[in-house]
Amino acid sequence: MDILHVKRVYKNYASHTALYNISLHVPQQSIFGLLGPNGAGKTSLIRIINQITAPDKGEVYFEREILSQKHISQIGYLPEERGLYKKMGVGEQALYLAQLKGMNKNEAKVKLKKWFQKFEIENWWDKKVEELSKGMAQKVQFITTVLHEPKLLILDEPFSGFDPINTNLIKKEILELRDKGSTIIFSTHNMESVEEICDHIALINKSKKILDGKVNEIKNTYRSNSYEIIFEGNMIAFSNALWTGFEILSTTTERGRTTVKVKGTDDRMSVNLLIGALIKDVKIISVHEITPSMNDIFIQKVSEINPEDISEGGSDE
Amino acid sequence: MNKISLIIKREYLTRVKKKSFVIMTILGPLLMAALMIVPIWLSTQDQDFQIIEVIDETGLFINQFENTKTLRFEHQFVNIEAAKDSFYNSKYTSILYITGIGKQSTAKMYYKKQPGLNTISKIESTIEDGIRNIELKEQFNISKEQLEQINPIVNVETIFRNVDGGEETKSSTISSVLGFGGAIIIYMFIFLYGVQVMRGVIEEKTSRIVEIIISSVKPFQLMLGKIVGIALVGLTQFLLWIILTGIIISIAQVALQQNIEVADTAAIEEVMKAQGAGNVDTTNMGNQIQAVIDEIPIFTLLISFLFYFLGGYLLYGALFAAIGSAVDSEADTQQFMMPITIPLIFAFVVAQTVIQNPDGSLAFWLSLFPLTSPIIMMVRIPFGVETWELLLSMFLLVLGFIGTTWVAGRIYRTGILMYGKKVNYKELWKWLFYKG
Repeated sequence: MDILHVKRVYKNYASHTALYNISLHVPQQSIFGLLGPNGAGKTSLIRIINQITAPDKGEVYFEREILSQKHISQIGYLPEERGLYKKMGVGEQALYLAQLKGMNKNEAKVKLKKWFQKFEIENWWDKKVEELSKGMAQKVQFITTVLHEPKLLILDEPFSGFDPINTNLIKKEILELRDKGSTIIFSTHNMESVEEICDHIALINKSKKILDGKVNEIKNTYRSNSYEIIFEGNMIAFSNALWTGFEILSTTTERGRTTVKVKGTDDRMSVNLLIGALIKDVKIISVHEITPSMNDIFIQKVSEINPEDISEGGSDE
Repeated sequence: MNKISLIIKREYLTRVKKKSFVIMTILGPLLMAALMIVPIWLSTQDQDFQIIEVIDETGLFINQFENTKTLRFEHQFVNIEAAKDSFYNSKYTSILYITGIGKQSTAKMYYKKQPGLNTISKIESTIEDGIRNIELKEQFNISKEQLEQINPIVNVETIFRNVDGGEETKSSTISSVLGFGGAIIIYMFIFLYGVQVMRGVIEEKTSRIVEIIISSVKPFQLMLGKIVGIALVGLTQFLLWIILTGIIISIAQVALQQNIEVADTAAIEEVMKAQGAGNVDTTNMGNQIQAVIDEIPIFTLLISFLFYFLGGYLLYGALFAAIGSAVDSEADTQQFMMPITIPLIFAFVVAQTVIQNPDGSLAFWLSLFPLTSPIIMMVRIPFGVETWELLLSMFLLVLGFIGTTWVAGRIYRTGILMYGKKVNYKELWKWLFYKG
């Protein structure tokens, strides 16, 4: 079942179109990557899901109901530009934000203490936010986002500002929350981080959705039918062994080992076929298919639509 | 609603717990009490006894100088040079030397202890009076007593006659003080706490917490919660000020009681004169004030003060919130502050004219217009305002408040999410019509 269904949403601002006919299905208990360059319309869409703004046209359904104020307590939002009241105590502030989400004060306190223990920050409770480092504040912020155990978590660039250790900590928490039943919408322009944890993605560029689906399926669709082979031996023998269905893209030789990238000219190509053809003539070190990264797919997709514009810089938001 | 009350609570508590709030709450009454107590205290301290040796060569001022508890004049018929020689061995603190004839009389004062300004002006007026009396006698043959007889004293009594034929006496002095005092407090309150609202909004915007909060509550709720929370802070502060000032003054009164009793009543009278309380006879003055206060509609005054105090603040508070939301930092607020401060300052300036003519058409219209009515109406009420005018003005203020809050709410919800953009009036106008 889909936890969230965005249906033909349009949003215009005075000078530009932020969202143009966007439809999305976010399946329950998935990690859904919302991708696109800066200014593509991600934040506009997220704000609509959070009911901060309303769409000009189109609807949003939360568990098959039209999104309304009562769903606020079931959504957790970590905005890209985040901050806390600088002069307010950490614990006090976290309690305040939890209560605004509709939590009972005592319940919130108990849960907060647990999270603070988990992140080993119990002794920050009475500190003021201005005394914390940026990374520390981010941890507090993450806790306030997930504290009320929302069914849907929306994280806008959650890893910005974290060091690698904390990034891993947060990643682990995200996966754990998913396993417990939460659905996570994960918005980013950093395509690499998506491949690791997302099940589904949607690509938005210039206010339009240009691609969506399961990550595996998308990657399959965008196979480039090219392979990388590393071997020791004679290059001429290698070339002879290959049949005509290949095109050599590049060759590099280093300390007796040659790395060759090839591309099949038809779809019958596979790793098995390659090994079969080469095994008699050269010493194979490795053979693997070159799978396209989300970044490659994105660039390819954007350039298909708009050949002269494949840069990642977008219009202003 | 529950979420609004959470916001109000936070806005209130974080401000009330601040050190600056505590300090201001304590310092305010101390300053106010000092303003009232110090002059009285000073007058009781003026106990230095001075004896002045009067050497009057003209012979016109013998026994003309009035002795007081702190000042004694002694006439000596000695040569001025002899008096000067023995000055430092004498009991006298200064020598008053009067010489010349008639109008040409001049006076010099030699002192070892600086005489007060009051003393000198007293001496001057005594000499002037003396000379005047002599001149009157010589030139016009009029005696002092004759002059006093023809010196007219006229007080114009202002009586309000209403439609039903009832008549009321009013003192415009006390009404002016009350009205203007109320207006000043409202003016200050709007400015002080309006700016706090603006700062609060800017703080939320620059610290970027606003987006988190408005994913839980509506922007309008956040704005309203902030305005109301800060209003409560202001009310708390004023209440504490009134209570603390009262306590400090009564403590000081007890402490000064004895001093005041021994103090020369004339000294107190003089202080009062100096403070501009007028030449009213002190015993009579109390009764007069009482009589006038009885006639001023105290109940109406208090209720309307509270109403305009809050109404005015809410009206302007919303506008201040809108400004805060439209800018990125306090430095950028200047251009938008103008349209808010102009009606306020204008009302404040005009209030001084309105006191002169509280029923004029300028006063009438400005006391209906919501942007100026909190100040102008406050000035008018002690002079008596028709009930329908008051009700209409209050009604318009409520409408005005709803209007500015609506406008501010629309600017606010767009503004708080707008960063790094120089906003102008045209832009603000567009924001009014954005869809939710």
